[in-house]
Amino acid sequence: MDDATLKTGSNMNTDSHTAPQGGNPLDEGHVGINGLQTKGVHVWFNKHHVLEDISLDFPANSVTGLIGPSGCGKSTFLRVLNRMHEFIPGAAMAGEVFLDGKEIYAPGVDVTAMRLKVGMVFQKPNPFPSMTIGQNVLAGLKLANIKVKDKDSLLEECLTRAGLWKEVKDRLKTSGGSLSGGQQQRLCIARALAVKPDVLLMDEPCSALDPASTLKVEETVVQLSSDMTIVIVTHNMQQAARVSDHCAFFLSDGGPGVIVEADRTSVIFSTPSDPRTADYVQGRFG
Amino acid sequence: MTSGALSAFVVLALIAGFLFLRSSEVFRTFGFDFITTSKWDSGSVDDGRAPQFGVAAMLLGSIIVSTMAMIFALPFVMGTSLFLEYYISRKIRFVLVSILDLMAAIPSIIYGLWGYLVLMPYAAQWAASINKYLGWIPIFSVDRANFDASPFVASLVLCLMILPIASSVTREVYSRAPQDQITAAYALGASRWGAIRAVVLPFGLSGLVGGMLLGLGRALGETIAVLLTLNLVFEVKFQVLASAGGNVASLIASKFGEAGPLELKALMAAGLVLFVLTLLVNFGASLIVGRAARSTK
Amino acid sequence: MTTTVTPTVTPRRPWVNRGKTLKDLIPTLLIAAALAALIVNFTGLAGPLGSYVAFVAAYLTVSFFFGLRHDKIKAFDKVMTTLVSAGFFTAFIPWVSILFTVFKRGAEAVYWGYFTSDMSITSGDDELNMGGLSHAIVGSGIILLIASLIAIPFGIITAIYITEIKGKLSGLVRVMIQSMSGVPSIVAGLFVFTVLVTGRGFSAISGAVALSILMLPTVARTAEEVLKLIPEDLRTSAYALGATQTATTFRIVLPAARAGLVTASMLGVARVGGETAPLIMTSFYLANFSTDTSGHPLASLPMYIYQNFTNGTDLALSRAWGGAAVLLTLIFIIFTIARLASGRAKG
Repeated sequence: MDDATLKTGSNMNTDSHTAPQGGNPLDEGHVGINGLQTKGVHVWFNKHHVLEDISLDFPANSVTGLIGPSGCGKSTFLRVLNRMHEFIPGAAMAGEVFLDGKEIYAPGVDVTAMRLKVGMVFQKPNPFPSMTIGQNVLAGLKLANIKVKDKDSLLEECLTRAGLWKEVKDRLKTSGGSLSGGQQQRLCIARALAVKPDVLLMDEPCSALDPASTLKVEETVVQLSSDMTIVIVTHNMQQAARVSDHCAFFLSDGGPGVIVEADRTSVIFSTPSDPRTADYVQGRFG
Repeated sequence: MTSGALSAFVVLALIAGFLFLRSSEVFRTFGFDFITTSKWDSGSVDDGRAPQFGVAAMLLGSIIVSTMAMIFALPFVMGTSLFLEYYISRKIRFVLVSILDLMAAIPSIIYGLWGYLVLMPYAAQWAASINKYLGWIPIFSVDRANFDASPFVASLVLCLMILPIASSVTREVYSRAPQDQITAAYALGASRWGAIRAVVLPFGLSGLVGGMLLGLGRALGETIAVLLTLNLVFEVKFQVLASAGGNVASLIASKFGEAGPLELKALMAAGLVLFVLTLLVNFGASLIVGRAARSTK
Repeated sequence: MTTTVTPTVTPRRPWVNRGKTLKDLIPTLLIAAALAALIVNFTGLAGPLGSYVAFVAAYLTVSFFFGLRHDKIKAFDKVMTTLVSAGFFTAFIPWVSILFTVFKRGAEAVYWGYFTSDMSITSGDDELNMGGLSHAIVGSGIILLIASLIAIPFGIITAIYITEIKGKLSGLVRVMIQSMSGVPSIVAGLFVFTVLVTGRGFSAISGAVALSILMLPTVARTAEEVLKLIPEDLRTSAYALGATQTATTFRIVLPAARAGLVTASMLGVARVGGETAPLIMTSFYLANFSTDTSGHPLASLPMYIYQNFTNGTDLALSRAWGGAAVLLTLIFIIFTIARLASGRAKG
């Protein structure tokens, strides 16, 4: 087993609040300014240890897929990245998460401001039904009291990037709930984009959508990755292969979930180092 | 068994029918004027006064006192419901909700007793202050500086009485606000109030309205609390801080003892009017709450 | 391969910061208190309530400005948290006051003989160590008993009709029950007054009938919910054994729902136990201890309170509070037992 490719638990530099330096095969040369890294993250729910020692680097301007069988804690890990995990009663964690080199769990961190930089799209589309399409997209600005000079062009920009502008540009004043599932999900993406995040977290965004909408969303994800860091949890291996540049394979043997292997997608799918990874990507379990 | 079940129907029909029959004579004699005139006079043979019955004053009184109670209650209903659902942990919530339900069981006579003997001095003080600063507004003016036993005091007591019911309905609707949208709001960087305003309040609006209407229905029919805290004067009174007012229920309660046959029928007509009014309000409330319940499916 | 010994990692909650919250809270409270004192001094706001209002207003302002140190959204969020909490606590103050007053003032009237004497030879403004409310308690008991005997069977039958028989008129019956629960208590009293009292005089039975009209919807609605909770399997296995619907209902479903039906009945009693308005017009009041259900009026706890209130003298008012304390205690007990029983039935 090659130490360098294994991303499990050997990084014990947990007392410093600075970002880890290099030595990381996922790192394509530099930890970008808009980088996101985790060091030794553990997660508990009421003393139940669900994630163990997750240390990952998410390179800027790329898509990282989190793959693995269901129940391994991938979605839970995602929620650690934007501090949504703490809403769950009984939640506890350990380890560090660095955004732009700053630890987001440090005391005194402005959580709501941090969430503006790390956006999230959920499995089930959830536009606000009491708002119009236009209001939905701009909802994040209103909630954070961000003033924008040109609302209309921002609206158009976000909806275009989400691949929805052409379909809704004539009905921006209709209710957010009147769209199809795929359209609603792209509306949620546009809504997340409006506050200009550096990172976009996506929790199985296509699992509730039909194949045609799925393809559209995947196109959107690839396009968006050119200027932001995207982390996408997916059960669909083909989707991971299509969309992501890097992959991290999560596995749980009944105990806490761990990272078995993390590497470029091409490597994971063709020449994985760990036999368990090979078994999973070849569909022998999962 | 079927006939037993229809007992409710039978009783209801009996009450309505009975009131209607007995009062029809009154409606025939006075016509629509019964609802529009406000003079209630059982007449006097000696003075040669013909009896005249008009329920407008008391109907207005019912509406004024109950509406004021609703207005006072609104911020507290919202505050209580939001506090219980979104600002405290589950364990404390259970205790507080149980206490709230217990408060709903307090009989109206105790509210009336407390309202007259404990609240009144404070309420009279507040009324005096309101009159001092806002007395130029007609409804806050008074003819004499006596602020006891006013519609204002009665409405404060009624407000307290309708709080538990209205809160319980509103709280139930607020608790069913879609969690995924609340999560989405937080993920967008919302504060707790931001998430509540964006998701819970729009979602819970119809439940809130329904709950308030249910409270209104209760307030409209309330007799004893008003009887104890309001100085009954059977004329149209718009001055809510002054020591005079009434509602239909207290009219019936105070007049029935010495009422002759015709006046009794007039009282029944008044009761019918009150019954129809509360029925309409309660019906509207259950429609709105029912619609709120169905919209979550 | 290098082996590193992983030290045990302890779970933390870095988002919880009680120390910081307290550090922010104390200066805010102090400044708000000072500000409130100033407000009370310079405006007309006075007394405990005035101070409370001044303090809440001061706290809101101070925490808003402190919150502005971070940003406007957080400041506003803090203000709203305070407002919502204040709304809740302010609503509770009157209830605390009611409970406090009822039991403090009521205690003055209670003495050894309070529960065993009546008011037949004592008048409302006699000294408090004379007379009592035995007649009122017994009277209420009798009236409520008769009311229960009427309302509970009918209420349960109505519920059975809706949930078991599921007859075609179920929808109508439900609407009827709903409407019936909206009948103002005075209207129920008026109805019974004109049917049973005119020409015959006040009596306990007419009081009971009036109360049963108000009790029926509560019993029916709660019973309906309880019966709905009984799992369908119970009924289907009975039918599979060849039982008729009547037998199934009375031998299987009702016994299974026994606890819940008792709860429904108790809730009905708690609901009408404190009603005064219908009793004013039907059973009125009698100062003597009696168990006659017809022929003359009968005392009841609510009417005992009402009569003493209208008397108006201090001693009579103390008696009124005493009656209120007894009434409130009894209702709370019934209510709590009903709630506990329903909790156990569901759990």
